[in-house]
Amino acid sequence: MFELHNISLKYREQTVVKDVSLTIREGESVALVGPSGAGKSTLLKHLRSVQATKIAWCPQHAGLVPMLSAYHNIYMGGLSRRSSLYNLANLLRPFAGPKTEIQVLAESVELRDELHRRADELSGGQQQRVAIGRALYQQQAIFIGDEPVSAVDAIQADKILSLISQRHQTIVLALHDTEQALRVCQRIVGLKDGAIVFDLPSAQVTAEQLAALYQA
Amino acid sequence: MNVKTRPHNNTRLKLSLWLALAGFIALLFADIDMHRASPGQELLRMAQGLMAPNFWSYREIASSAFNTLAFALQGMALASAAGFILALLYRHPAVRGFCAFIRAIHELFWALIFIQLFGLSPLTGLLAIAIPYAGTLAKIYGELFEETEAAPRNNLLQSAGLSAFFYTTLPLAWRPLLQYTSYRFECAIRSSIVLGFVGLPTLGYHLETALGNGQYNDAAALLYVLLAIVVSLRWWLKKALLPVYLVAALIYLPPNAHFSWANIARFLSEDIIPAPLRNKANIDYVAVFDWLAMLWQQQILPGVTSTLILSQIALLLTAILSLAWFPLNSRQFFSPLKRSLGDGFLIIARTLPEYLLAFIGLLLLGPSMLPAILALGIHNGAIIAHLLGRYSGELVLREDACTGINRYSYEILPRVYRQFLALLLYRWEVIMRETAILGMLGIGTLGFYIDSAFEEFRFDRALLLILCAAILNIIADMFARNLRQRLHLRPSPETL
Repeated sequence: MFELHNISLKYREQTVVKDVSLTIREGESVALVGPSGAGKSTLLKHLRSVQATKIAWCPQHAGLVPMLSAYHNIYMGGLSRRSSLYNLANLLRPFAGPKTEIQVLAESVELRDELHRRADELSGGQQQRVAIGRALYQQQAIFIGDEPVSAVDAIQADKILSLISQRHQTIVLALHDTEQALRVCQRIVGLKDGAIVFDLPSAQVTAEQLAALYQA
Repeated sequence: MNVKTRPHNNTRLKLSLWLALAGFIALLFADIDMHRASPGQELLRMAQGLMAPNFWSYREIASSAFNTLAFALQGMALASAAGFILALLYRHPAVRGFCAFIRAIHELFWALIFIQLFGLSPLTGLLAIAIPYAGTLAKIYGELFEETEAAPRNNLLQSAGLSAFFYTTLPLAWRPLLQYTSYRFECAIRSSIVLGFVGLPTLGYHLETALGNGQYNDAAALLYVLLAIVVSLRWWLKKALLPVYLVAALIYLPPNAHFSWANIARFLSEDIIPAPLRNKANIDYVAVFDWLAMLWQQQILPGVTSTLILSQIALLLTAILSLAWFPLNSRQFFSPLKRSLGDGFLIIARTLPEYLLAFIGLLLLGPSMLPAILALGIHNGAIIAHLLGRYSGELVLREDACTGINRYSYEILPRVYRQFLALLLYRWEVIMRETAILGMLGIGTLGFYIDSAFEEFRFDRALLLILCAAILNIIADMFARNLRQRLHLRPSPETL
């Protein structure tokens, strides 16, 4: 699925990922953990860029279109499945088909009553759930998410993460909550200062390893 | 003490000095004599006219007002549709170049060309407005699209294509796009009025007649209608009503024309071909060279020179007037009541087209560059002063800030100077464009030679001269943009 051999990546002119090799196979669920600035986001962006049109993508900042409704922001995930003309008409007046699909989806991310509201009227947590909805509606086999549930409360977060696991064969997530990472993913990759410190199945990761990751 | 000025402050000061110097040098070469012995008397008659407007020929006034609006509405509808489509392709250099070219030719020049093809018909008025405006709107729309936030688009599976554009770029650019379009509509009304001066049946047509015959009571009525239309825009120009207005405009003034294909074919295949090339089997290079040399010496060079001289002086006057006038519309200097009076004056001054102001100036002061300089300075100065005043009102000063002239020079002017320069540089291109046009009133800029060529039915010369005016505008456009970039000045389009 993904094979990186000794790659280095830059963010704003600075090398933030150094000499990293990483292989991710189909069907795996991988969590990148590590302190902020470790290079998680840069690495995820790179993974996505390899085949951007085949990956459901949930960025750290929701990146919604503020003046459109939550419905339209979620619908955007499916733009490439339909013709431009259909999309244009749906922008003016939502069609029944996608509307039901998105209502069901919205229910699972607890946004049912917010669909008609403008994105900029929603709270931070709601906006993040709209972004997740958009990623889910992209309907791809691979899901890449950069802190997808950072602004969502813990119970909701677990529900949403397990929904994401059910709907996708392969998942790569950056998570700051290590407990959450251990619960959701089978494989944990610890990153620090742009390098991989450990890469182990969840069951084998020790508390010391995790603690060491976050020590200065 | 060793004080180091920041480099960009220094460049701004330098630019200001250069502009002032250029203005003063230009003044040495300009003909700014007054040729009327007693402008006071004529002014008095005009003032009397303003006091007693004559609305008796209300049918004529109403129909010319409706014509004015119909041209503006139809022209803007076509221009915004075409501009939108061109903006979608604005990445391509060829499209950019095409838009720069069509907007570099003033609507009055377009009108003079189309009059040859379609006569004084509604179609001529529509196209004369729509074509240059499409070029301007394409540029502004294109820039607005480019400036939208990229994140929403980049989060999609496919960030290119129409669907992504309509769901991300367009909604993100929608508000400033509407604001700019409605500002342009106001400009289109002004353009439509000025088209009357070349014979189309708008308010300008009757204004020219009334003013020219000294019927100032009639002129005053027309002037009040003009002001009423523009000032009332904000109350009746509503998005939802636009389709109704447009249909009404199309029914009231269907854009048709009586024309003959033979006439058009002759114009395109004969009239506009340079005279020495016409009906010749083989090209006589010497004759062509002589023709070009003659035009260069007798028309292009003097036309371009006086266009540059006049516009440089007008730019200086614009700068001086806008700095003097902006406190009139500023919260920092006047109470709301006084400010609304001051802004009222600025709004009237910016509503009256330069062309009309220059026409009135010629009646008062006689033929020289003076009326044109005053017209350009007053109109553009009022536009910048209005915007700058509003901008300065948003500044937050400390509680104990000084007042009066000290506040102006120590607190406000340093803070608004950057914005002032940005607006001034933008108006530079506009002033250059208008300067060329004012020649049609008899001042020796390019417009004078173009107008004369049309009058003599020498369309080959007219087109070559229009081309020269367009090139001059494109150079001014590029130069001003370059300066704005070097000085990190960027007025957002909706503030223009």
